Amino acid sequence: MSLGTFLVMRHELLLIASALLVLMAEIFWNPDKKRYISLFSVILFGVITIVGFLPSPIGSLFGGMYETSGTRLLMKNILNIGALLVFIQSVTWLKKEENSEKISEYFILLISTLAGMNFMISAGHFLMFYIGIELATIPIAALAAFDRYKNKSAEAGIKLILSSALSSGILLYGLSLIYGTTGTFYFNEVAALFGNNNLQILGFIFFFAGMAFKISIVPFHLWTADVYEGSPVNITSYLSVISKGAAVFILIIILFTVFPVIIATWQKTIYVTAILTMTIGNLFAIRQQNLKRFLAFSSISQAGYILLGFIGGNQLGMASVIYYILVYIFSNLGAFGVVIAISNATGKENMDDYNGLYHTNPKLSLIMTLALFSLAGIPPVAGFFGKFFLFTAAAQKGYYLLVLIAVLNTIISLYYYLLVVKAMFINKGETPIEKFRSDFPTRFALGICVAGIVVTGFASIIFEVIKNLSFGV
Amino acid sequence: MNTGIPIQYFLILATIMFFTGVYGFLTRRNLITILMSVELILNSVNINFLAFNRYLYPNKLEGMFFSLFVIAVAAAEVAVAIAIIINIYRRFTTINVEDVNEMKF
Repeated sequence: MSLGTFLVMRHELLLIASALLVLMAEIFWNPDKKRYISLFSVILFGVITIVGFLPSPIGSLFGGMYETSGTRLLMKNILNIGALLVFIQSVTWLKKEENSEKISEYFILLISTLAGMNFMISAGHFLMFYIGIELATIPIAALAAFDRYKNKSAEAGIKLILSSALSSGILLYGLSLIYGTTGTFYFNEVAALFGNNNLQILGFIFFFAGMAFKISIVPFHLWTADVYEGSPVNITSYLSVISKGAAVFILIIILFTVFPVIIATWQKTIYVTAILTMTIGNLFAIRQQNLKRFLAFSSISQAGYILLGFIGGNQLGMASVIYYILVYIFSNLGAFGVVIAISNATGKENMDDYNGLYHTNPKLSLIMTLALFSLAGIPPVAGFFGKFFLFTAAAQKGYYLLVLIAVLNTIISLYYYLLVVKAMFINKGETPIEKFRSDFPTRFALGICVAGIVVTGFASIIFEVIKNLSFGV
Repeated sequence: MNTGIPIQYFLILATIMFFTGVYGFLTRRNLITILMSVELILNSVNINFLAFNRYLYPNKLEGMFFSLFVIAVAAAEVAVAIAIIINIYRRFTTINVEDVNEMKF
């Protein structure tokens, strides 16, 4: 075994190396150069994102504990793109006086969570999966409590760490039952030894409940809104897009490769939770006034739509889930980008504050409208195609009632997305937000998001590539 | 070697510990006690791993290794949680969850 074989885990090695580089920069650079750390980290991470797309050897390491395949590399690259956008969006926020001491901490913690997610996606063994999932959640809790002098931020941090600790406890209990009945942790061996044994199904239910916490599926969603509201906006966007995307990716891999034997069981579980998640997420989103809370409930209902791609267990389902996450990254980061820009400039985060935004900041209003239309699934933009493929994948297997409920939910969601659009374009604000000009990183990130929303919808080759790399049960 | 205590005793103990932990997590009002409940849950998982490993699959040590990692990760988790709890105490001057409720619904 030569050192070259380690190139299989190139994504993770690069992330760990870059976290160390940022740490070294923090230690050895002169204090007056520290303000360049965010520029340095963003450029470093941009290089990593580009290197990730280069052709890479595929294989397994450490006796099968670590595995890569075309699908998993694609998932990692999608997460890298999203994380790069979050990095660029946070540059302006990090320039503030209160954050000047903590710039490198922010990047180190974010990069290590991303490394954890990559290990989690590449897992071929439940131990690797567990370590990855913990590496991805523990630093996030520290980041949620990043605003040390705000009560809400501390509250968000403790709510996140406690609920994620409980969820990993439940997940581990499920794993212990699965271990007791199969005697192994390797994905392929567990899959071969799995039967319709009641204890195994109980273990699976515990495992699914633990994962449902991470993706915030109803009835395990109660932490989501509070954590999203209390955390700094950049962390909220990271949580709602990257963390959720990574958990969705690994859940679909595990369901399709480890638990194909009990497909009838998890189809029932997903059927019920998908309906609950869509409906409850939408109904609660209607009554929100704070935009971060509003986007939190909207992201819960989006998780419900994503579950529709799981249910068939078919190749189209997996392709549509990956594609939807890609679209969701661009649309949700577009919406969050506008919220971040306004929050940085004025500190306002409520829907009433957006009254009359179109008359003072027309460009931001148009980007917000495009992003919300994409989230709602209105035809010309990418979100429509994403939802269309998800619904097709479920309908292909005969889940017509479920698709009907999902379509009804889309109509409900249109109502509250349009409430924001109405506030910006029609409502007259007494004290509208002043006209302001965002700086270059914010505009650059928003530009990429808009381009992504438009291009992923029209370039059919993207879906073709994803579909060729996907697999069914 | 399987003389002595049957495996069922260990599994029953682990199950009772697990649900005690979940109950404590949901009903306790002090943040430190909630953390202790999480520890109960994780330790019940460890007992499960060790019992299954020792009694059913004694030729491989996977369960033992897994529980070692669970202990290490739990320590990291508790360290971060305690740090946040200290910060909460500085902000709210209490660690009772009923007073840490700026955000609702």
